[in-house]
Amino acid sequence: MTKIPDDLPQALVAAKRRRPQLFWIIPAIAALIGAWLAVDAIRDMNRTITIRFQSAEGLETGKTLIRFKDVTIGEVKAIALAADRSHVLVTARLDKSAEPLMMQDTQFWVVRPRFSGGQLSGIGTLLSGAYIAVGAGKANIRQREFVGLEVAPILTEGLPGRQFLLHATDLGSLDVGSPVYFRQIKVGEVTAYDLNKSGMGLDLKIFVHAPYDRFVGSFSRFWNASGVDITLDANGVRLQTQSLTSILVGGIAFETPPSVLIDNPAEANHKFTLHRDHVTALKTPDGEPELFVLHFKESLRGLAPGAPVDFRGIIVGEVKSVGVEYDPAREWFDFPVQIMLYPERIRLALRDGKQPTDAAERIKRGLLKAMIDRGFRAQLRTGNLLTGQLYIALDFFKDAKKVSLNSKQQPMELPTVPGNFEELQVALATVIKNLSKVPFDQIATDLQTVMKSLNVTLKSVDQLTQRLDKETAPEIRTTLESLRHTLTGVERVLASDSPLQSDVREAMREISRAAVSLRSLADTLDRQPEALLSGKKEQ
Amino acid sequence: MSYVAAASLGLYACHTCGLVSRPPGAEQHVCCPRCGTALHPRKRDSIARTWALMIAAYILLIPANVLPIMETGSLFGSQRDTILSGVIYLWSSGSWPLALLVFFASIVVPLAKLAALTYLVLTIQRHHAHRARERTRLYRLLKFVGRWSMLDIYVVTLLAALVQLQSLATIKAAPGAIAFGAVVVLTMFASMTFDPRLIWDHAKENHDQDS
Repeated sequence: MTKIPDDLPQALVAAKRRRPQLFWIIPAIAALIGAWLAVDAIRDMNRTITIRFQSAEGLETGKTLIRFKDVTIGEVKAIALAADRSHVLVTARLDKSAEPLMMQDTQFWVVRPRFSGGQLSGIGTLLSGAYIAVGAGKANIRQREFVGLEVAPILTEGLPGRQFLLHATDLGSLDVGSPVYFRQIKVGEVTAYDLNKSGMGLDLKIFVHAPYDRFVGSFSRFWNASGVDITLDANGVRLQTQSLTSILVGGIAFETPPSVLIDNPAEANHKFTLHRDHVTALKTPDGEPELFVLHFKESLRGLAPGAPVDFRGIIVGEVKSVGVEYDPAREWFDFPVQIMLYPERIRLALRDGKQPTDAAERIKRGLLKAMIDRGFRAQLRTGNLLTGQLYIALDFFKDAKKVSLNSKQQPMELPTVPGNFEELQVALATVIKNLSKVPFDQIATDLQTVMKSLNVTLKSVDQLTQRLDKETAPEIRTTLESLRHTLTGVERVLASDSPLQSDVREAMREISRAAVSLRSLADTLDRQPEALLSGKKEQ
Repeated sequence: MSYVAAASLGLYACHTCGLVSRPPGAEQHVCCPRCGTALHPRKRDSIARTWALMIAAYILLIPANVLPIMETGSLFGSQRDTILSGVIYLWSSGSWPLALLVFFASIVVPLAKLAALTYLVLTIQRHHAHRARERTRLYRLLKFVGRWSMLDIYVVTLLAALVQLQSLATIKAAPGAIAFGAVVVLTMFASMTFDPRLIWDHAKENHDQDS
């Protein structure tokens, strides 16, 4: 055992202090911080969203911002290719304040500089780089995976006005942002377009701003006022434009036809048809067209689908299709031309307003049969000699051959007669045929005889002339000489120094003097009208 | 030669001036007659305090490595780097010696330090008696190496002070830096509160036999 030195100093007694064991607070604080960070991280994870884009052009990890109404609400954290490499997955983290924006119908799109609808947008991104813009959704379902829009939508959220749907067959030069005109005032724009599911047409969304939206009535007609509309048809060349902007970027115009007297404003999302042009838009609705088939013998060159079917100048339908069919039974070709007739335009037997029932259909067929018996035929006519466009004319031809009509055939066949041009050709052929009958040989021999007799005639004419020369000419010379004598006498009488002349001159002078005194008399009378009675007063 | 510990003889050794003194009686609260430091046979609650600090350090180690320690903002956007992303960046950009240095200084050393300290505390709690000398050497190494683990913090503080071009470029310390600094400071405190004499308290018998 070690010896302890005795002279060790004694420790002093310290004042008793109570010290709480504070050191356990340190790990508690650390745990609190850790827990808070963990919660924060988890909530952070919840605010991470994935957006699908077709391409990541202009997007950069950690640099591209996400902005809502130009306020930065997050940034891109990662950009990755999708597993099938068909698109790009952009992972972005939103700020806490942006949590209400993570709804199902929130829209995301990349803002890059672009020119559309006549307006340049996103110039700011030239310097700052592209950013992802957000359009707030209204749904109440949270979502963390979104499909980004490739085209910036036009935000109509919160703007006064109404949205309408248009169905169109093609887009023309329309685009998102194309203007909508009402009486050539810009009242809205195209907000979106999409092919419909069958691919048979387009669905456009347009937004008409208040207060103009009340002019969109349920009977309003919309038409494509895109660019310059040049139509070349049987009626000639037609050119239509709306405004300079619409020539450049296209547009839609609408109007309520003047025939509609009372029209209620259409409800939002009302569906309309987008017509090709103003004329078609304002045409009265035609109802269901009736299909007929025509067979022509002549060439169909110049007959295009859409060519008018004309009934004494009134267009009652149009050509639907022109085709060629091979009939193996007859081993010959058919050229069926399908036409659509609008019975509403013809107003057949349905003027009394009955619904076209089966009975009415039969009547209609019966009527048609009667008409055909009376010579109702279709004919190809040249509408425009310059372009060779053809149209189909319906008319009554009294001398048309009778035809039997198969009324059960669907579509019904209308009999045809050869066209004007065809008739002309036939007539020309007859002329040529007749010409060939002319006996040119006989005519030639006849002509020879005629020539001979003509020769004899000419000889006698010659003799006549010679006789004229010998006998008549000296006679004429004497006559001329006596005429010259007479003329010299006349000349003498009219010479300046002839007595007649001096007499005439004298007489003229007398007349002039008389005129002077007459003028002085007139002056006097003018001044003193009483002079006539009282005589001239002395001055 | 045998080792005598003051504590085993019921004497106090002053932590500050090293004066050995005799306890006055049964009182628990005494102080050094020479310098006035409160006297305890061993550092007060050394194991418990070390544990507390170590647990705090362990907890903060997670945010220190997960959260970004530096935020670089420039004209072309902003970037936030964690320690590991910095190391990866250095490695991938080719300066792998620097990457290794940062990796060791900022990731390996703090972790190793905490692990070593945990090992020491655990061995003491389990009354391990062997390899007391090696364990003491480990403790010395631990205290020496501790000062280098602040490397990252130094870099961040330096850069944050130097690169302040306002709109052009700024470097800011991010929350991770605070957590990392806290880890380093907490481990330093933990190694300070740890009383290495405890290693020998249990190793005494063995050493008696050894010598």
